[in-house]
Amino acid sequence: MVNAAYAIVAFPLLGFIINLVSGRRLAEPTAGWVGALAAAGSFVSALIVWVTMLGRPATGRVSDLTIFTWFPVAGLHVNAGILVDPLSMTMALFVTGVSTAIHLYSIGYMHRDPGFDRFFVYLNLFLFSMVVLVLADNFLFSFLGWEGVGFCSYGLVGFWFQRQTAAVAAKKAFVTNRVGDVGFLLAMFLMFAHFSSLNYSSVLGTLSHGQATGLLAGAPGAINGTTATAITLLLFLGAVGKSAQIPLYIWLPDAMEGPTPISALIHAATMVTAGVYLMARVAPLLHYAHTTSWVVACVGAGTALLAATIACGQDDIKKALAYSTVSQLGYMFLAVGAGDYVDGVFHMLTHAFFKALLFLAAGAVIHALADRQNMKEMGGLRKYLPITAATFGVGWLAISGIPPLAGFWSKDAVLSSAWQMNKILWAIGVFTAGLTAYYMSRQFALVFTGQARWNEARPAAMPNHGAGGAGGAGGAEAGEAGTGLPAPAHAQDRPRDPTWTMSVPLVVLAIAAVLGGGINFPAWHMDFLSRFLGPLFPTATAITISTGTKWALSVVTTAVALTGLALGLSVWKTAVHPRLEPSFLRRAWYFDDLVSAVVSGPLRLAAAGLAFVIDRRVVDGLVNGTARALGLSGRALRRLQNGYLRTYALGIGVGLVVLLAYLTFRVGN
Amino acid sequence: MGFPVLDIIIFLPLGAAILVALLPKSTPKSVVRWLGLGAAVAELALVLWMVIAFKTGNANAGFQFTSHQAWLSPLSVAWYLGVDGISLFLVAMTALLFPIAMASPPGERSSRSYLGWMLLLESACMTTFLSLDAFLFFVAFEVTLVPGYFLIVNGDGPRRGYAATKFFLYTFAGSAFLFVGILATYLLAAAHEPSGTKASFDIIALARGAVHLPVADQELLLLAFGVAFAVKMPLVPFHTWMPDAYTQAPTGGSMVLAGILFKLGAYGILRWGIFLFPRAAVNLAPLALTLAALGIIWGSVVAAMQRDLKRLVAYGTVAGVGFIVIGLFGFTTEGITGGIVEMVNHGLSTGALFLLVGMVWERRRTYSFSHLGGLQSVAPILGWVFMAVIMSDIGLPGLNGFIGELLVLLGTFITHRWWAVVATMGVVLGAVYLLWAYQRVFHGPAQAINQGVRDMTWAERAAVAPLLAGIIFIGVYPQPVLSRIQPAVDHLVAHIEYADPSFKIPPSGVGHGTFAVPADQVVDVPAATATTATAASTGGNP
Repeated sequence: MVNAAYAIVAFPLLGFIINLVSGRRLAEPTAGWVGALAAAGSFVSALIVWVTMLGRPATGRVSDLTIFTWFPVAGLHVNAGILVDPLSMTMALFVTGVSTAIHLYSIGYMHRDPGFDRFFVYLNLFLFSMVVLVLADNFLFSFLGWEGVGFCSYGLVGFWFQRQTAAVAAKKAFVTNRVGDVGFLLAMFLMFAHFSSLNYSSVLGTLSHGQATGLLAGAPGAINGTTATAITLLLFLGAVGKSAQIPLYIWLPDAMEGPTPISALIHAATMVTAGVYLMARVAPLLHYAHTTSWVVACVGAGTALLAATIACGQDDIKKALAYSTVSQLGYMFLAVGAGDYVDGVFHMLTHAFFKALLFLAAGAVIHALADRQNMKEMGGLRKYLPITAATFGVGWLAISGIPPLAGFWSKDAVLSSAWQMNKILWAIGVFTAGLTAYYMSRQFALVFTGQARWNEARPAAMPNHGAGGAGGAGGAEAGEAGTGLPAPAHAQDRPRDPTWTMSVPLVVLAIAAVLGGGINFPAWHMDFLSRFLGPLFPTATAITISTGTKWALSVVTTAVALTGLALGLSVWKTAVHPRLEPSFLRRAWYFDDLVSAVVSGPLRLAAAGLAFVIDRRVVDGLVNGTARALGLSGRALRRLQNGYLRTYALGIGVGLVVLLAYLTFRVGN
Repeated sequence: MGFPVLDIIIFLPLGAAILVALLPKSTPKSVVRWLGLGAAVAELALVLWMVIAFKTGNANAGFQFTSHQAWLSPLSVAWYLGVDGISLFLVAMTALLFPIAMASPPGERSSRSYLGWMLLLESACMTTFLSLDAFLFFVAFEVTLVPGYFLIVNGDGPRRGYAATKFFLYTFAGSAFLFVGILATYLLAAAHEPSGTKASFDIIALARGAVHLPVADQELLLLAFGVAFAVKMPLVPFHTWMPDAYTQAPTGGSMVLAGILFKLGAYGILRWGIFLFPRAAVNLAPLALTLAALGIIWGSVVAAMQRDLKRLVAYGTVAGVGFIVIGLFGFTTEGITGGIVEMVNHGLSTGALFLLVGMVWERRRTYSFSHLGGLQSVAPILGWVFMAVIMSDIGLPGLNGFIGELLVLLGTFITHRWWAVVATMGVVLGAVYLLWAYQRVFHGPAQAINQGVRDMTWAERAAVAPLLAGIIFIGVYPQPVLSRIQPAVDHLVAHIEYADPSFKIPPSGVGHGTFAVPADQVVDVPAATATTATAASTGGNP
C-alpha cells in the first residue's frame, strides 16, 4: 500500500481545487469542512503508508514513485516523483497530522470572516505544497513545494490585506525568503553541474536492500570537499531564509500579522522547519563539508540565544512566541550541525506539538479578548479560560524543558550532541534553555495569573486598519491587535473558552506535548525514532558520551530550566518591570530598524538615482541628444509622422554607403 | 509539397487586413470587428493544428512545413519559409496573443484602422518568425515598424507622437546596421561557396559560408546584427524608447508590442546571430551576457521606482529580456531551450499583465499608484488573476515562468557561471518590484473612489483565460513544449561546438567518468552527415 503515498499529495490538491472553484458557493462552514476532510484524508493516507513501511525490514523501506516527467530537457530529467522513506514519512505524518488539527481549529477561529473560503483555499494549497516539499524525490520538485509554501505564507500573512501592516509583512516575508531561495537555486545549479542530476538518489546516494550507494556509501572521489561545502552552504542559505535564522529571521515576527492558526501551522510547526528537513536530507553531503557543519551549528546556537533574549522583552503574545520559534529552530540547526540528524528531527516533532499548541492557545486567548494581543492588557485569565490555561500550561512546561514532557527529551538530546561537538555551543544552548523557561514563564504569568487587566479601559475603537504603512515596521512594536474585523459579539461578555472545534485540537496537541518524548525515549529500548531514522543517516556523528556524563548534563540543564521558570514566574506574577525590558530587547537589538533604515535610505536613494537620473537623464538624454545632434529637431520629428517613407529610403541609402565603404576597405586589404 | 500551411499563416491576416482597409466606410463597426477577430481566430486554429502536427524527435530537428518559391531571382532572393522547434512556439504565441489583443478596447480611435494595423502586424510578425531567407526576414522585420508606429500613435497617451516617432527612428537606426550586415554576409559568404553555386540569402547557405570567414569579420558582422536586435529587444542601454512606446500605446498595442514585437529581436539574435556566426557569438558572449545581467538588475530596480503601473510593467520587460539573452548565450541545450521557453512565457505573462493593467485603466482611468489601492476588496477575481500572472513572472514553480528561468540559469551556469549567478539575483528583485506593485494596487483599504470598481466581466475573463491556461499548462506539464523545442536546439548546440572547436561544454561529474559531455548533448547526427537542405545544422563545407 505504498501507493497510498499518491493520495497524501492528491487529497489537499483536490481540496484546493474544490475550494478554489466553488468555495464562494460552498461558503461557511462547508468550505472549511472540505479543507479539513482533505487534510484528514491526507493524514490517513500517510498512516497507511507508514504502517506498510513498518511491516518491511529496516533496510527495505525506500520506494520511489513517479507521477509524471516534469522537466525532460537534455540532461535535466526531473520527475514529479515521490520518495517514500522513513525521513519523508516522518515529516509527512507530522505535517498532515498537525495540519488536520489546525484545519479543524480554523473552522472555529475563522468563523464569520468574510474571507472564510479564501482562507481554506490557501490552507489546502499550503498543505499540498508542504507534502510535496517533504515527499519529493528530487531537489527541484522539493523546490516546487518550497516555493509553494512560501507563496501560501505570503497570501496568508497578508490575509487581512486591508491592513497596511499585514500587506507589508507579507511582502517582507516573501522577499526575505527569496533571498534564501537564491542560495537554494545556486546550490541546485552547482549540483547539476557536478552530478548531472537533481535526484536525491543520484546526488546523495541511496539505500536499497541494505546496500548503500553513492555518497551514502562514502564513495571516494564522488565529490571533493570544496564542492560539497559550496553546495551545502548555499542550501543552508535557503534554509536560513525559510527557517528564519540569523540574519534572515526578520520576516518571521512580522509574519504574525496573519491569522493565528496560520502562525501555528506555517510559522511554527511546519513550513519554518523545512530548512531543518533540507539540511537533514543532505546529511551525506554535509559529511564531506566540515565547514558547513560548523557554520550550521554556530548559526543555530547564535540564533537560539539572540531570539531568546528578544523574546524576553516582547509584549505581543504572538511576537513573543514567534521569537521563541526562531530560537527553537536554532536548536534544531545546532543538532544538525553537530551531526545528530535524528535528534534535530526529534526536536522538530516535539516543537511542532508544543509550539502549535501554544499558538492555538494564544489564539483562543486573543479570540476570547476580542482581538487583544498585548500581554500587558491580559492577566488572571486562568479562572475564565480553564481549558486554554491548562493546555497553554502544558505547552509552557514542555518548551521549558521540564521532565517528563516532550520538550525535555528532545532538548536534552540536542544539548548532549552539542556537548560532544563543542562545549561553548553547549553552554550557549543551556543558557538559552534557561532564558526559554524564563520568557515562557513571564508569558504564562502575564496572561493567566495575577490581576485581570483586560477589563480596564481600552482604546475606544479597535484600529482595524493598522497603524499606517511604514515599510518594514519594527519587529518589536507593542501589540498591534485586530483581525481587521468588527469585534465579535461576545466581546462584551466575560472571556470564555472556545467552541469544541477549537478545544479538541488544543487537547490533542496537549496530549502530544506531554507524551511526545515517548517517540524517542532514550531507555528501555524505546528509541523508536532513532531506530526508524537511523539507517538513513549512516554518516551521523556517533554519540560517545558516557551515560554518567549524560545524566550530569541532564541535571544541569534541568536545574537551569527550573531556575528560569521560578524566576520568570515569581517576577512577572505581580507587576510590571520596565527595567527587565530594556528598549534594546523590545526593539530586537535594533537589527530590524537597521535593515529598514538601509533599505529605505541609501538603497532607495541609489535606486531612485538609477531610475530618474541615470536612466532618464543620462541614457535617454544621450539618445535624444544624438537625435538632436543629427539635426532632427522637434519640428522635424513631427514632420516625420507624414513622411517616414522618405526617411526609410534615406536610411537604406546611408546603410548602402556604409556597406560600400566597408567593402572597399576589405578589398583594399 | 504538402498543404502550404505557412503561406496561409502569412497571407490570412494580410488578406484580412487588406479587406478591412478596403471595406466601405459605411460598414457597421461590428462587422469590421467580427471580420478581423474571425481572421485572427482562424489563424489561431491553423497554428494549433500545425503545433500538433509538428513532428518531434531528433530525426526531425530540421525545418518542417517548408515552402520554397523563387521570388526575386536576379538578386537570388527567395520566398523561403520553414518552422522548427525554435520558431514553433513563437508562432503559436503570436497567434494566441493577437486575437486577445484585438478583442481588447482599441482606445479612442477608430477600431477599423486599429484592426487593420493589428492584422498587418500579425502577418509581418509571422513572416519574420517563419522566414528562412535573410532578405525576406529583413523586409518583414522592417515592415513591423509601420503598424507598430500607427498603433502607438493611435493610442490615447498624451505623448504618443513623441513615443511613436522615437520608437520608429530608434529601431530604424538599428535596422540600418542589420541591413548592412545582411548584405555584407551575403557577399562575403558567397566567396566561400563552391564554384558554380549561386550566392543566395538562404539561411543554410549563409551559415555554411559564414563559418569560414575570418573570426574578426564574423565578430563585426555579429555586432551589426546585434545592434539591430539589441535595440528591438531592447537590451540595456538601448531601451529608452520602450517605456514611452509601451505606455502610450493602447492596451492591445502594448500587449503585442511587449509580447511579440520585442521577441523578434530575441529570436533574431538566436536564428540570425548565433546560428550564422557561432564562433563570434562564443567570443562575444561575455559582452552579451554582461549587458543582459545588467539589464536584469537595471530593469528591476528602475521598475521598482516607477510611480505608474504601466511604466513599471514596461521596465519589467527589460529584466525579462535579460533572462532570455542569458539563456541564449549560455550555448547549452538547457540554456537555449530555456531562453526560447522564456520568450514564450514572457509573451504570455507580459501579454496578460498588460491586458490586466488595461482592465485597471478601463475602471479607474489612471495608472498612478497614488490613485490606486485596495482593489482586491472590491474586485477579488481581478486580484486573483493578477496575482497568478505576477507569480508567473516572479517564477513561482508550477507556473510557466519558472520553467524558463530555471533552464536559463541552470544551462548558463554550466558554461558561464558568474553571469548566471548575477542573473539569479534577479529572482529577488523581480519579487520586490512586482509584489510592491501588487501591494500598492490591490492591498490596503479601498479608497472611496475605488469602492465602486467592478470585478472582471465574463468577456474579460474569457479574454484572459487562454493566457492563464497557457501559464499553468507550461508550468505543470511542459513536456509537449520542450520535446518540440529540443531537437532543433540540440542541433544548434552541435553546430556551435562544430564551428568553434575551442568551445566545449565542460564535463560534469568528478566521480562519473561517463559524463564527459552531459548525456543529452551527444547529438547522434555527426556534423558531416547533416546535409539535408532543411536541416538546421549546416554541417560545414569540408
